[in-house]
Amino acid sequence: MTTEDMVKTSARSKTEDMLNEYIPILILTITAALFAAINLVLSHLLGPRKSSRSKLSVYESGMKPRGDARHRFSIKFYLIAMVFIIFDIEVVFLYPWALIFRQYVAAGPFILIEMLVFIGILVLGYIYVWKKGGLTWD
Amino acid sequence: MFGAILWFAFPINKPGDTLLQNALFFVLGGVVVISALCVIYFRNPIYSALALVTALFAVAGLFIILEAYFVAAVQVIVYAGAIMVLFLFVIMLLNLGDEESLEDRLSWAKRVAVVIASLFFAEVFYITIKLVGSVNAPKVTSGQPVGDPKTIGELLFTKFLLPFEVASLILLAALIGVITLVHRRSDERSHTSSDT
Amino acid sequence: MELLSSLIFMLVIAAALLGFVMLLALILVLAERKVSAYMQDRVGPRRVGPFGSLQTIADAIKLLLKEDIISLQADRKLFILAPYLVFVSSFAVFAAIPFGRNLIASDINIGILYIMAISSVVVLGIIMAGWASNSKWALLGAMRSAAQMVSYEIPLALSILSVIMLVGSLRMQDIVGAQSGGLFSAQNRWILLDNPFTFLAFFIYFISALSEVNRTPFDLPEAESELVAGFHTEYSGMRFALFFLAEYANMFAVSAIAVTLFLGGWSGILPGYTFLNGVPGFVIKVSVLVFVIMWLRWTLPRLRVDQLMSVCWKYLIPIAFFNLIGVGVWILIFD
Repeated sequence: MTTEDMVKTSARSKTEDMLNEYIPILILTITAALFAAINLVLSHLLGPRKSSRSKLSVYESGMKPRGDARHRFSIKFYLIAMVFIIFDIEVVFLYPWALIFRQYVAAGPFILIEMLVFIGILVLGYIYVWKKGGLTWD
Repeated sequence: MFGAILWFAFPINKPGDTLLQNALFFVLGGVVVISALCVIYFRNPIYSALALVTALFAVAGLFIILEAYFVAAVQVIVYAGAIMVLFLFVIMLLNLGDEESLEDRLSWAKRVAVVIASLFFAEVFYITIKLVGSVNAPKVTSGQPVGDPKTIGELLFTKFLLPFEVASLILLAALIGVITLVHRRSDERSHTSSDT
Repeated sequence: MELLSSLIFMLVIAAALLGFVMLLALILVLAERKVSAYMQDRVGPRRVGPFGSLQTIADAIKLLLKEDIISLQADRKLFILAPYLVFVSSFAVFAAIPFGRNLIASDINIGILYIMAISSVVVLGIIMAGWASNSKWALLGAMRSAAQMVSYEIPLALSILSVIMLVGSLRMQDIVGAQSGGLFSAQNRWILLDNPFTFLAFFIYFISALSEVNRTPFDLPEAESELVAGFHTEYSGMRFALFFLAEYANMFAVSAIAVTLFLGGWSGILPGYTFLNGVPGFVIKVSVLVFVIMWLRWTLPRLRVDQLMSVCWKYLIPIAFFNLIGVGVWILIFD
């Protein structure tokens, strides 16, 4: 076995270990879904079944439901979701940075400046949104 | 199930890949394909959006198989957690329940879409045929897998620093774009409300 | 054969964890009722079992025996799917929470990022529930809830970043290991006390987490006086119970994450993993935080929706950014 092969096998077993770390999560989620399903089926079997029209109508504070609930929603929700996406992507970019920060900062403040430029550009946008009243919920 | 059929139909076992990896790949690949088709076929836009969520999750699973753990997490955080929320909000905003009213407006777009889609499909098909059997994915053997968040951080802040900083400009442009889109209406509204 | 045995082993662990979380949720529901009672000079449940300790079990049985109602206007498929999504994703978070030295279901290399990813999925379940109910209260509550949860995700993620900067790993056990010095030692202290900025980061995390799990003063999605019961207005019986369990499991989860990130996790108060370490220490620390959450609920009034949004976008996010830079400068100078 050459050294290269040995490196390859060790890398392989390492990655396989990592993949195996995700299998318990899969099993956990399946178990949770099964638990929920069993409970719902049990409740379906055990519970009474006496439905009436008014019982099956939606709750509207005791009044007869009027019209469809699915009205058009305010544009504010779109604005929040959009600004959220932009900041979310920014934060996601910050994670790899934070991971290596301590290691790199020993060599000088360059890594901090890199990030300050990145955040600074977005702070401009943030101030713009604020000034335009985009952050005010009215 | 679809994945299982694929697996038995095309038992591609690259040396070094484990049975588990292969099985997972085909199952997840099947989920991606089926849910992507569902996105197109469901009549209700909310259903389509949720089928897209399923597809995105399965893609995240594929990333995990490829050892791109960070990208998998980002896939879920950004796409399933953020962009899908935006999609759902927009669907609610526009109340896109009524598909019939969209139909006649879309008739020309449909034809263009068919042409573009078939071109795209042909391209993908060509690349796939050309590449089958000749792909040797670059494996980093230095101990840390390629997709490790630390490796990504090191690359992002040394080799790809400029693209990274440019990305912030794109985000800035998006931020300004949103305000321009939304604000015209709220300006009008504030005018009318001050008049009355 | 080996595969099968390891599969069974994992199933047993999953079932044990699920049982533990469910038991925890039942205890927390009882605790909440007792805490609220004493805060309002009442005694709370005391009929079922000694000191009312079996009250929530009775409640669970009652919910199980209720009729399964799905309103005619509702979208049946999504209505059924939504509680699953919320329940499963709030439970899946527990896979990456370290309860002890070896007590973690899966110590994955992107631990904290995984937790963030999974908890961002809960929003989708809530929107789904609100839309599928086709009830005005439910839909309004769901939209507000979604807007609130996504907004507070930003300061939450930013406050977690300051921990990552110090530790340099996303693995949950590494984060605990970095705090092995306990409360008083000079090296590897609890991250809460590492520097003034991480101290602030803890509070940013805690406030945002309160909002993420829709607890008072951020419980607008379920503001009873305005929106009846918010996104789960139309849910009853066992389907409601799933949302309810998820809510209490979430409350424990965010407290457990706060303890892991800032308060030393399962490592003890004194250096070298001694005194109050392991599971008992962890549970005590988490219980204190959970108690604070309950205490806040029965003390503070609810914020208005516009206040809620401006607290997040105009205060928490800029503070969190400055805090992050502060941590960076601190490490640069003192490290």
